[in-house]
Amino acid sequence: MAAPAVGEPIFRVDGLRKSYGPKVVLGGIDLTVERGESLVVLGRSGSGKSVLLRQLNGLEKPDAGRVVFDGIDLTLLDERELYPVRRRVAMLFQGGALFDSMTVFDNVAFPLREHSDIDEEAVAESVRRKLDLVGLAGTEEKMPADLSGGMKKRVALARSLALDPEVVLFDEPTTGLDPMTSASIAALIRSSQKNLGATAVIVTHDLALARHAGDRVAFLHDGRFRFLGTWEEADGTADEYFAAFLAGREEEAVVA
Amino acid sequence: MVLAGGLSLLGWRALLATLRPPYEVRSWLVEAEQIGVRSLGVAGITTVFTGMVLALQTAYSLPAIGVKYYIGTVVSKSLTRELGPVLIALIVGGRIGSGMTAELGTMKVTEQIDALRSMAADPVKKLVVPKLVATLVMLPALTILGDLLGILGGLLVAIVQLSLTPGLFINDVLSALTLSDIFSGVGKSFFFAFFITVIGCYNGLHARGGADGVGRATTNTVVQAAILVLVSDFFLTKLFYTVF
Repeated sequence: MAAPAVGEPIFRVDGLRKSYGPKVVLGGIDLTVERGESLVVLGRSGSGKSVLLRQLNGLEKPDAGRVVFDGIDLTLLDERELYPVRRRVAMLFQGGALFDSMTVFDNVAFPLREHSDIDEEAVAESVRRKLDLVGLAGTEEKMPADLSGGMKKRVALARSLALDPEVVLFDEPTTGLDPMTSASIAALIRSSQKNLGATAVIVTHDLALARHAGDRVAFLHDGRFRFLGTWEEADGTADEYFAAFLAGREEEAVVA
Repeated sequence: MVLAGGLSLLGWRALLATLRPPYEVRSWLVEAEQIGVRSLGVAGITTVFTGMVLALQTAYSLPAIGVKYYIGTVVSKSLTRELGPVLIALIVGGRIGSGMTAELGTMKVTEQIDALRSMAADPVKKLVVPKLVATLVMLPALTILGDLLGILGGLLVAIVQLSLTPGLFINDVLSALTLSDIFSGVGKSFFFAFFITVIGCYNGLHARGGADGVGRATTNTVVQAAILVLVSDFFLTKLFYTVF
């Protein structure tokens, strides 16, 4: 991992626009993400949160605007040129996206075998450490189909941490989980992010997760940030719509 | 047009990725087992019965005395040049092409393809290349085997139903069949293998909309692969008659 230079943003997003047909999903987003921080992006379902996240590792290209990661403009790179970036920016997908033809062990080992020259013994050791970190030691030989939703997310987290990334992008990490499992995933995200000193960008509509794991919070609505700041500022927000979202009050949200 | 462009592009990228090291032989073998070995039964049944029917039809529709001594010629020529490669491509191709679409389509809609990309791995290299290599080897192999089984089927009917001696039939086959018959048939199956894999993988990689979308993509593969096999067969036949 490169030494984190404090104060210099790891992501700088300028004027990001993305439409699908006539539907404008991102209507000019500006954002900076500081090294080592945890930024939560809130928004209602379909507000474009995931689309924004997928720009940060170049899975999708914007219609206009720039995404600069550590001085590299991702929008100028082709798929192959993005590989070095993606080794440093891991992503945790909504359903886990484990390879269901592979065991838990092979899933977590995949990035290691793909991108490092270490021998199988070292791979096994590294996989064991990562599975230990997410509390799933001993599940190496299981297939993803045999795991519960929460366990799949944990394995996926272990896999995304396999290469000790500088950034982890989380796409709805608690969706579809019961509240207790969600809380344990949230704690795990927070602790692993802190321990590894990684930067986290978390897209979610789970307020419990957002409060637990986010240093800063952004609220995406109609393709723009309606709010961007600390939790303290968020709790005192003058934006009624955002306040209604935070309080989970539907009527006001509909009126706004 | 979009489809044709997409297929050509994927075909080209897959060929390039196949040639580029590293060669992941282990996953090639896994696919070869899935695509080739598990298609043996369906390939065998298809061609054995086709050979038997060819023998019967020839005997019944050309009852003139002496024609039945040429049944070996008819069965072996039509099987190796035409029916073997085409029927195998249609039936085995339908099986493996739809399997590819279902597998890759499910991976697409559950974000496993995106997960590969996000881990800096190339889905074409990782997923398409093993299927392409396996199909390019196994479909022609199945075709050769199918030709053989079909001729045996014809032989069976010739002996049991038409009371020919095995020697007569086999001599007829051996004198009629030329290397160019076999080459043109097997040559066709190489092209069919390429088309089927590219269609199957393309539809899978572009599936969207959950289980429903994967189902539709799979149907598209079966239809498109069958049409492309039949249409290209005409042009390949012309091509191979000029070459051999």
